[in-house]
Amino acid sequence: MNIVVCVKQVVDPDVPTSAFRLDDETNRVRVAEGIPPVINGFDENAVEAALIVREETGGKITALSVGNDFAMDVMKKPLSMGVDDLVLIDDPQFFQLDAYATVCVLSEAIRKIGEFDLILCGRQASDWDNAHVPLGLAETLGLPSITMAQQIEISNSMVLVHRVFPDGYEKVEADLPALVTVSNEIGQPRYPTLRGIMAASRKSPIVWTARDLGIDPARFEPKISVTGLSIPPSLGECEFIEADTEAEAGSRLAQRLREVKLI
Amino acid sequence: MTEILIVAEQLDGGLHPVVGELVTAAQGLEGDRALVVLGADLNELSKTATSLDVDEVYVVEHRLLLEQTSEDLFVAALEQVCRQTEPRVVLIGRTFLGRDVGPRLAYRLGVGVAQDCIGLKQNEDSGRVVVTRPVYGGNAVATMAFGQQNPQVVIVRPRIYESVEKDVSRNSEIIPLTVNLDSSMMKVRHIERVKSEVEGVRLEDAQVVVAGGRGIGGPEPFSQLSELADILGGAVGASRAACDAGWADHSLQIGLTGATITPDLYVTVGISGASQHMAGCSGAKHIVAVNKDANANIFKEARFGVVGDWSNILPSFIVAVRDLSTG
Ligand SMILES: Cc1cc2nc3c(=O)[nH]c(=O)nc-3n(C[C@H](O)[C@H](O)[C@H](O)COP(=O)(O)OP(=O)(O)OC[C@H]3O[C@@H](n4cnc5c(N)ncnc54)[C@H](O)[C@@H]3O)c2cc1C
Ligand SMILES: Nc1ncnc2c1ncn2[C@@H]1O[C@H](COP(=O)(O)O)[C@@H](O)[C@H]1O
Repeated sequence: MNIVVCVKQVVDPDVPTSAFRLDDETNRVRVAEGIPPVINGFDENAVEAALIVREETGGKITALSVGNDFAMDVMKKPLSMGVDDLVLIDDPQFFQLDAYATVCVLSEAIRKIGEFDLILCGRQASDWDNAHVPLGLAETLGLPSITMAQQIEISNSMVLVHRVFPDGYEKVEADLPALVTVSNEIGQPRYPTLRGIMAASRKSPIVWTARDLGIDPARFEPKISVTGLSIPPSLGECEFIEADTEAEAGSRLAQRLREVKLI
Repeated sequence: MTEILIVAEQLDGGLHPVVGELVTAAQGLEGDRALVVLGADLNELSKTATSLDVDEVYVVEHRLLLEQTSEDLFVAALEQVCRQTEPRVVLIGRTFLGRDVGPRLAYRLGVGVAQDCIGLKQNEDSGRVVVTRPVYGGNAVATMAFGQQNPQVVIVRPRIYESVEKDVSRNSEIIPLTVNLDSSMMKVRHIERVKSEVEGVRLEDAQVVVAGGRGIGGPEPFSQLSELADILGGAVGASRAACDAGWADHSLQIGLTGATITPDLYVTVGISGASQHMAGCSGAKHIVAVNKDANANIFKEARFGVVGDWSNILPSFIVAVRDLSTG
């Protein structure tokens, strides 16, 4: 089994809004100096899924990322979790790569990596919340695509997936090679072990540029482009219910809700 | 000529509620509107479709579309419809099906797509569609403009637009279209759907929702939340933290990657109000928050708040609510 896991470096989604800065010139979000980026949470779930599959089937896992300005200690996390190789497609011209161009670069990189049976992605990236790069990738590579996996099994050259469904789950299957996106319901990503971290520190990622893939980023024409970015105002004028004791505050809240006819 | 093609997804044999909302969204754009209905035995459904404010209803009947379960066939059929009718804009609801079908269609046609839009309009000079969509988990809102290719595929968040009124006297023209599908296009095979046992009112339809987060500390307090929900005739929800911890079924998750709710009253207990959570409840008319941290983000969005430990507040709240509701 050869597995490729696509991981993206993103702004830490847990930073408080107060640390958010909008860059009007580039229409990007920046965070206050000193806050490191993270690997997209669902992509760590995808790495975990890959490791679970490999435990069953054996084989090799390659983590793949497209971007620029990589924080190397952050990007090495999949290695310390146990993936075999890390491929970074790093090019200064990839600053502001849109989803379409990302799909194009990822598909070329996957072709260059070579034989694969399974591509795993996160269900969506927490920066632009597009949830469409994996679907585009599957269309481009002509693969079956299955989204939102909460469980993945491999047998007889087929992948069997339980997909998160609004009120339960759905069982589907497809022949390999296939692309599957992973949701957090698959379970917590494992913590890197000390041994994993040591091993990762000795490994260097394979770094390719656009040119190594025979791609000219200047040729990418955006199909859709960001023209503005703003922070939505918060609505609330919260009325705080106060009382001598917390228990009393509870009953007052009920009375207040009755007064305004909410209950 | 079709200018705006609206995908009429089905739900339980009828039209999905989002379809009426998409028609409203389309009214804000210039050009003729057409609905496309796909399936088998579509007589009833296409008649319903003609009562919406559209100029045409395209009916795509194929026996392979009977079950409406194969996304692969749905995408293949829509691709053919787009090639035949050459729309300028395609509108799809961001449903479980739509959020996958939309991007797949766009990449197949080699055109742009905007996911999860909460607003759309037409740029007066260029005539191109400009959308607004929440990004960064709802921490920011982006406006995005389509480039030159058609169709511009716009996936619209449900429950943002009011649905258009049905008018049975309208009688839009019904136009059958033929598509070529065969079972080899079905790369993903559906085996079954397993429903989780959730009692009571559906979260999405509830007028009152009571939800718990990490702050409630375990699975047991959810029974108190259910008790409250029962008294108020509402549904129970949860934050992702509570679902990930296994205290609540994941189908109860409210937020960006969970359910979108639009109740009159939304009571949160021990939920911090992260933007990704708020993304699922921004349509709630009144938010009430119980949280021990006066600086929690939830109070920025709440109408009423109590600062304190929920375990002291909730019991007396429940008692008082019961008294007030029965008295
Ligand atoms: C891409 C992405 C998608 C996401 N999608 C969703 C989603 O759909 N839905 C969702 O909910 N989250 C989602 N999240 C997670 C989100 O960012 C938050 O991490 C999550 O909502 C936090 O849940 P919480 O409020 O229960 O927990 P916390 O943020 O830990 O908050 C717990 C709160 O409880 C309060 N508290 C603690 N003890 C008590 C007590 N005794 N009495 C009263 N109050 C108490 C605390 O003050 C705190 O405010 C997503 C994140 C990402 C990155
Ligand atoms: N630049 C990138 N490099 C590697 N993988 C990516 C990149 N962008 C998106 N992906 C993958 O596609 C998934 C969905 O991203 P998106 O469509 O941007 O929401 C992510 O969770 C990643 O697995």
